[in-house]
Amino acid sequence: MTSYVSATEQDRREMLAAIGVESIDELFAGIPAALRLSGALALDRGLSEQEVYDELRALAARNTSTEEELSFLGAGMYDHYVPALIDSIILRSEFLTPYTPYQPEISQGGLQAMFEYQTAISELTGLPISNASVYEGPSAVGAAGYVAKLHNGRKRFVVSRGVHPHSRETLATLAHGWEMEVVEAPLSDGVTALPELGEDVSAVIVQQPNFLGAVEQLEPLASAAREAGALTICACDPLPLALLNPPGECGADIAVGEGQTLGNRLDFGGPSFGFFACTEELMRRMPGRIAGETRDVDGKRGFVLTLQTREQHIRRERATSNICTSQALNALAGVIYLSWLGRRGIVELAELMLQRTAYARERLAALEGVTLLHEQPVVREFAVELEAPVERVLHRCRERGVNPGYALGREYAEYPNGLLVAITERRTKAEIDLLADTLEAAIAAERSAVGARA
Amino acid sequence: MIGAADDQLTIFERSREGRRAFVAPALDVPERPLDELLPAHLRRAEPPKLPEVAEPEIVRHYNRLSKRNFDLDTGFYPLGSCTMKHNPKLHERVAALPGHAKLHPFQDPAHAQGALELMWRLQSALSEIAGLPHVSLQPSAGSHGELAGVLLTRAYHEDRGEHRTKVLTPDTAHGTNPATVTMAGYEVVKVGTDEQGNVDLDDLRSKTTDDVACLMLTNPSTVGLFEPGIEEIAKIMHGVGATLYYDGANLNAIMGICRPGDMGFDIVHFNLHKSFTQPHGGGGPGAGPIAVSDRIEPYLPRPQVVRRSASAGNGGGEHYYDLDYDRPKSIGRLRGFQGNYGVFVRSYAYIRSLGAEGLREVSEVAVLNANYLLALLREAGVAEYLPAAYDRICMHEFVLSGAPMKRELGIKTLDLAKRLLDHGVHPPTVYFPLIVDEALLIEPTETETKETLDHFAQIVAEILREAREDPEIARNAPYTTPVRRLDEATAARHPVVRQPL
Amino acid sequence: MAADPSYPDDLLYHSEHDWARVDGDSATFGITWYAQDALGEVVFFQLPDVGATVKKDDTYAEVESVKAVSDVVAPLSGEIVEVNEALGDAPETINEDPYGAGWLVKVKLSEPDETSSLMDAASYEGSLS
Repeated sequence: MTSYVSATEQDRREMLAAIGVESIDELFAGIPAALRLSGALALDRGLSEQEVYDELRALAARNTSTEEELSFLGAGMYDHYVPALIDSIILRSEFLTPYTPYQPEISQGGLQAMFEYQTAISELTGLPISNASVYEGPSAVGAAGYVAKLHNGRKRFVVSRGVHPHSRETLATLAHGWEMEVVEAPLSDGVTALPELGEDVSAVIVQQPNFLGAVEQLEPLASAAREAGALTICACDPLPLALLNPPGECGADIAVGEGQTLGNRLDFGGPSFGFFACTEELMRRMPGRIAGETRDVDGKRGFVLTLQTREQHIRRERATSNICTSQALNALAGVIYLSWLGRRGIVELAELMLQRTAYARERLAALEGVTLLHEQPVVREFAVELEAPVERVLHRCRERGVNPGYALGREYAEYPNGLLVAITERRTKAEIDLLADTLEAAIAAERSAVGARA
Repeated sequence: MIGAADDQLTIFERSREGRRAFVAPALDVPERPLDELLPAHLRRAEPPKLPEVAEPEIVRHYNRLSKRNFDLDTGFYPLGSCTMKHNPKLHERVAALPGHAKLHPFQDPAHAQGALELMWRLQSALSEIAGLPHVSLQPSAGSHGELAGVLLTRAYHEDRGEHRTKVLTPDTAHGTNPATVTMAGYEVVKVGTDEQGNVDLDDLRSKTTDDVACLMLTNPSTVGLFEPGIEEIAKIMHGVGATLYYDGANLNAIMGICRPGDMGFDIVHFNLHKSFTQPHGGGGPGAGPIAVSDRIEPYLPRPQVVRRSASAGNGGGEHYYDLDYDRPKSIGRLRGFQGNYGVFVRSYAYIRSLGAEGLREVSEVAVLNANYLLALLREAGVAEYLPAAYDRICMHEFVLSGAPMKRELGIKTLDLAKRLLDHGVHPPTVYFPLIVDEALLIEPTETETKETLDHFAQIVAEILREAREDPEIARNAPYTTPVRRLDEATAARHPVVRQPL
Repeated sequence: MAADPSYPDDLLYHSEHDWARVDGDSATFGITWYAQDALGEVVFFQLPDVGATVKKDDTYAEVESVKAVSDVVAPLSGEIVEVNEALGDAPETINEDPYGAGWLVKVKLSEPDETSSLMDAASYEGSLS
């Protein structure tokens, strides 16, 4: 058994004497006897550090990570290269182990990092106010919905079908508690077709690029929302924002999104972080921590958590959110990553993805049995339809060590053999060519197998 | 921006045109014109003004920043209600294994059996610790778990055709509880605390009506005391068909000693970043899994991690671990994918390291350490200025009141906290819970040595002695920290929340 | 910050620490020295809308300090005819001059007789100990 406790027999004796009791058991006398456990918890006995390591390694070995297969899986989280400097910084005790910076005098490291992060997110999204992080992408969409509800008190959300299915589902789960209705705006030719908006619409929610990889025209969508008196919430993929007109410039009121691609690992879905940015007008309704600049008594620049009266520890039942612990360490990784990419690097990265995605799309569209699902501009992900059962094709590709992407049919019944293919800077031309060849062979094999079975 | 010395500049202020760290791999595909791929009207006019810095400068910048932080690896951190226990170093090593760290969340379950099995085993362990049969790992933090719990309560009542409107919380509740209630669409009703520091049962009875959906409780409470009337409380709530929700923030006091499920709670949340050692990271990440009773199980978030018996199609081995989406009564999702898996890896490693015996030892020593520190602070020179709010054996944390100190010495709990910073310790939680005047909530945790506790008590006595002679010292503290007291009023009046560029 | 406690004689006081200066069928409202002292440095005051109705004993606004939010209760009923715009930029005026420049709203009274339920300065100050 491993223990992190230092109290020796002698320590315990001395402490019990100082307290004035005979045994540790006496300290629990206030717990009713009927509730006291008579035996030990039914858990395996504790192991040594080495044994625990071996077990965790054995479990890891039964997962196929992106190091073991060539992966084109995206759909919300992406296989980017995480530079080494990130771990060297975020694993420092001073960043890894402190609590939320409630005592700012000894938390300037964390608070300044939050301020820098907020600046970077504001730059990316084109909106002036960013918070210091929320949990992740889909719950950020939910949190944005709550802000809209508090802001205008209306009863309905209009969400594009192009918004990530997990975000749509999260919003629906939360909206049920608010007794609000969620209505879906369909896609037409891969992009949002916004219906006529009534005066009961609290917010319009879209994604950029959308789940099918298509770049949306945000301005007309935001315009229509504004005319109806509704807010526009845009869930966005941060790296394409290096090239795309950001939500703030297009009239969105709130920009949220999944931050995993900014210096964070896949980690089977978390932890990552969600970013949340908004207009000045909505600042006092924004959830989460916000770091602000100020001076100390000696006139020195310093940073503090500010606008805390929005938060649960002060406003309690009237808070803008119940969020307490968020994702500070992951947001720190995010700002380090954005600094590492830099002003020119982020554009170069996005342009590289743009070109390679275009190449991949062209190569796959030319294959027998593959058609493009839409022809909208794309940046780093695109959708195709296969003329063969997609799960079977995926299986064949997997056997060759290639994971071609996400099967759309699970969430989009209208595309039963749809496939979403993601490109990152890690996917080279050679790998894209391998994908094309493998996919081609798999589709052909499936079609002839079907033929043979028919 | 306010001007700053070189060691205080932001990363943006270190930026110089032309500097860079990242270099993109060379373009290896035929280059197509930008306008063809992305029409101009979709493109941004100017790139985001991210800093231009090389790697050495980035590393130096963040290293310097880190040194302006106090942290748990460096010093004592007795923050009540936060459970600042040691973060075992093994955990970073196992979380970084590529099989865990580089696993895509949409990976085919057949190729993620290690991850799903880990989650399933963690669920089982948490279930055993809580004494409730069904666990969801999905919520991302304690307050996220609370939201799940209240939404589950809503689904439960609606499924029985009932529309209830209120949720009860004690006036000692952590702020996330009432905030969660509002977010879930219910009305908060506060229940009073009696002079012994326990839930006022008469007040509870008078407020427990048919339209109460749930009572949210922490046990031990936020004043560090076990509710002796917990069984009666459960009877009262179940008597009107309401659910009983357990805020697991204080679980560190009772692991292996007693279980919330046995007390009658229907829904329990765990803070993996408290009792289960996920590092706090300066404000997250964490995780807030929930354990529920049979009657709440149908409504659990989707997907659930399940174990099925293996069949020919799903690989070798006796069992097959899977994500179950087929949950018709589920409340749905509260976030993307399966939850903060990286946090699960660390917490699972912790539970496997300690086992039943180790977890029990944690609670025993957490309670021992707290009572010992309380005994030390009851000594002369301290007790008359910082008396315990409740004069009895505490659990893993206890509350002192700084009201006499304020009256007699003219320094407030805030001043004591700031002066503690000069002594190289993190202050306890201040001004919470709300029912104690000038509150100081102290939780040492089980991983501190007796000497650390002795030293802390000495520091407190020293500060009070100093204040008797000259209260101005504490009122203007701290002196030795990277910055001194900060003007929070101006920061709130005229917020500057980003660097102008 | 207003240095010493003061409770001007020409005002009427509500138990929730709000004052009213009555002038015929109009009145000016604000919060008392005690309230601003308990709150600490005021950082934000959300100005209510001109034309809004206020009801005696009901909350009509909030005052925020760094670490607290306080309800502002109407001592009398009526319709808001003017709000103190200057508080948008300088909310700390409420601390510095709670009875003068720190006034919150001016109201046209709908039930002038309600003044009989309010306290005078001596009674209010007495209630504070």
